[in-house]
Amino acid sequence: MSERNGLVMKVITAFAAGALFTVGLAISGMTKPEKVIGFLDVSGSWDASLAFVMVGAIGVHLTARRLLGSMKKPVFAHSFHAFGRTKIDAPLIGGAALFGVGWGLSGYCPGPVIASSVVSGRPALVFIAAMVLGMGAWEILQRARATDPNKDPVAPLDATPESTDA
Amino acid sequence: MQPLRYTIRMTHFTPLSALAGGALIGLSATMFWFLNGRVAGISGVFGDVVLGRAEARAPKGAFVAGMLVAALVVGMLVPASFGASPRSIFTLGIAGLFVGVGTRMGNGCTSGHGVCGISRFSLRSIIATMTFMLVAGLTVLVVDHVWRLS
Repeated sequence: MSERNGLVMKVITAFAAGALFTVGLAISGMTKPEKVIGFLDVSGSWDASLAFVMVGAIGVHLTARRLLGSMKKPVFAHSFHAFGRTKIDAPLIGGAALFGVGWGLSGYCPGPVIASSVVSGRPALVFIAAMVLGMGAWEILQRARATDPNKDPVAPLDATPESTDA
Repeated sequence: MQPLRYTIRMTHFTPLSALAGGALIGLSATMFWFLNGRVAGISGVFGDVVLGRAEARAPKGAFVAGMLVAALVVGMLVPASFGASPRSIFTLGIAGLFVGVGTRMGNGCTSGHGVCGISRFSLRSIIATMTFMLVAGLTVLVVDHVWRLS
């Protein structure tokens, strides 16, 4: 396959995967923040439904990874994403905790809020604008630390900018 | 100590649709990994698109575009599948900031760590998922039953 056809196929299949992701979110109930908060709220009227979203998603993905685990490279790309980090460090725990605060506050995590942006309007768009601001702020801080020879970076920047968990 | 005051919510237990929707999310993650070699972690995909981090942004941009187009279609066909957040715009703005900084600092969110990471038995992802679940639960406890914030 030529380089150009490879890119076209990547774009087409990525679009399809993104569309499928939204359909999954919508069917599962993840695009209803009230339901998400009901899942996170174990103290009162706990709605355990969303635990089943994770069971379904992990069940399918884990099984597929097992079945297709011998594949040397992806169908339309040169290589699989390389996971650079293995250490359990403060940014991992701290970042997950900050994300948890935001998720609990709103009932939105990145996937559902992005899908909701074209349906639910202003509340989702305000959330996304703030999220982009937060992502950008962290990025600027990271780059500043990486170029400052007197400081150790919070998390060592990997050789390739993409080698992260997700 | 004052007893916790309960917020009554009108949500129902829907394990089958949750399982089916989850399976589609898992299928989407499987497609993106085995066709494109990429992780369907939405904070990472979206972050790389808006911050311009990845050298090959086109597939990630297409993934987000696919999400948005499907949302438009689903929103038209089944409007009830999208709900409003019970929180104020101000609270949502603060929450967005936390999610933005947190997902970049911790390298992932519900999909990247919770689905993809756990599926490959990544210890980092397992610990991250336990952390954000626990903190999100505590946040709801404080916000809904102690502060009673809207």
